[in-house]
Parts: sequence; structure tokens; C-alpha cells
Amino acid sequence: MKIQLRYFASIREAIGTGSEATDTASATLGALRDELIARGGAHAEALARGRAVRVSLNQTMADESTALSEGAEVAFFPPVTGG
Amino acid sequence: MGVRTPSRVSIQTEDFDLSTEVARLRANEKGVGAVCGFVGTVRDRNDGQSVSTMELEHYPGMTEKAIEDMIDEAFRRFDILGARVIHRVGLLQPLDQIVLVAVTSAHRGESFQACEFLMDYLKTQAPFWKKEQTPEGARWVDARVSDDAALAKWGIRSNNA
Repeated sequence: MKIQLRYFASIREAIGTGSEATDTASATLGALRDELIARGGAHAEALARGRAVRVSLNQTMADESTALSEGAEVAFFPPVTGG
Repeated sequence: MGVRTPSRVSIQTEDFDLSTEVARLRANEKGVGAVCGFVGTVRDRNDGQSVSTMELEHYPGMTEKAIEDMIDEAFRRFDILGARVIHRVGLLQPLDQIVLVAVTSAHRGESFQACEFLMDYLKTQAPFWKKEQTPEGARWVDARVSDDAALAKWGIRSNNA
């Protein structure tokens, strides 16, 4: 399925872009993260297991067990630090 | 829920004025007996280092939605009459204002509580990220476990940090 990926803050800087379109067969956000890590390079480093990475689905906070759907907007970002 | 307030959430680069915002919240609201406002400002030190500038990044769309949701939650939890949240983004300097939370209610207790609830929620649930410029270079600010603990006292589990 086709989805849109968004990256923010340190993860955006590490990957070198704030957004990209991709095609995935991953069923969940956790599986999608693993799929991106498997690409190697900057993706593998920015999203590495053991790093604090938060995720949202369609602009709502989610977790790695959340199911993916066609046309979804998924964002990966570090812990938030506003206020 | 708060429909009388023209705009409840603003994400902006411009500064804001507490008195103006409070006047808007109170306008023609004869049931308001209490106003509680919180303003967060940029410090010149953090984690032992001096900070010359701070850059704030956000997730346009999601940030506004997250804050609208948290205001809805504040209206469910507390007997409040109005709420306003302004958060600045972009480049800021020490002494600059970053965030405003203002709440109105009939009696003070509900305003005090709702204001603190909204700030505790915002710290761990709204997508903003701070990057500081220090003498040793730029660094992304780390999230604090104490902010998750602050939200936990309202019965909401957060594992942001």
C-alpha cells in the first residue's frame, strides 16, 4: 500500500528529508519501522532499535502495534519537548 | 465546549500579549469569576550550558489537533468557561515568551487546575521540538521523565521521555 512518511527534529536531520512517499507491505507501525531500518544507511541509524522514537498515524499519537492503512500519513520523531 | 472562544489554539512565530488574550477570553463573559494564565519563557541556561538561541519545530496540523483535543479533555474534566493556548515556533531568544495557557472559570480552583493540566499535557503530548544553540554547538533538548510524571498525577500514562 502507498503511504506518506514524515520525519521531524533530529530524525529529520539524520535522514536528510522531512517527508517521502513509500510503498509498504507492513501491517503495523512497528513493522514499518523495521522495514525502514532494513534499508540501511541513514534510515537504519535514525530509527535504530534502542533509540527513543515516537510515532503518529494520521496526525494522532500512536504506538508500534497500531495498524497501517492505505494512504496513511505516518510520522517518526524523537520525544517531544515543547512548552 | 468553548465554542464562544473564536480561536482556542494558535501556533505562530509572532509574540503574544497576555492582557490582550485575557481580555478576549473574558469579553462579555459575565459568569467568569476567575482567570488563570501561565506564560513559559526562554531561559539563558539549560542543563548546565548557556543558551544563546532556541529554535522550535512543530508538526503543522497535528500540533493544532493535539492541543484542541487536550482542551476538549480539560472541558470534560473541569468546570471551565474558556481556554486559550498560544505556542510560538521558529527562532527565539532568552527572555522571549514561548507559550501561553489561559483558562477562565466561575471559581479559581477549576482555572488553576485546568491551566496546570493543559501545560502538563502539552509538555508530553503536543509535537514540538526545541533545538538550543550553546557555546559547544547546537543540540536537541532532551525530554524529561519528570514531565511524564507530571501528567501521571492526572491519571494519564505517558512514556514520552
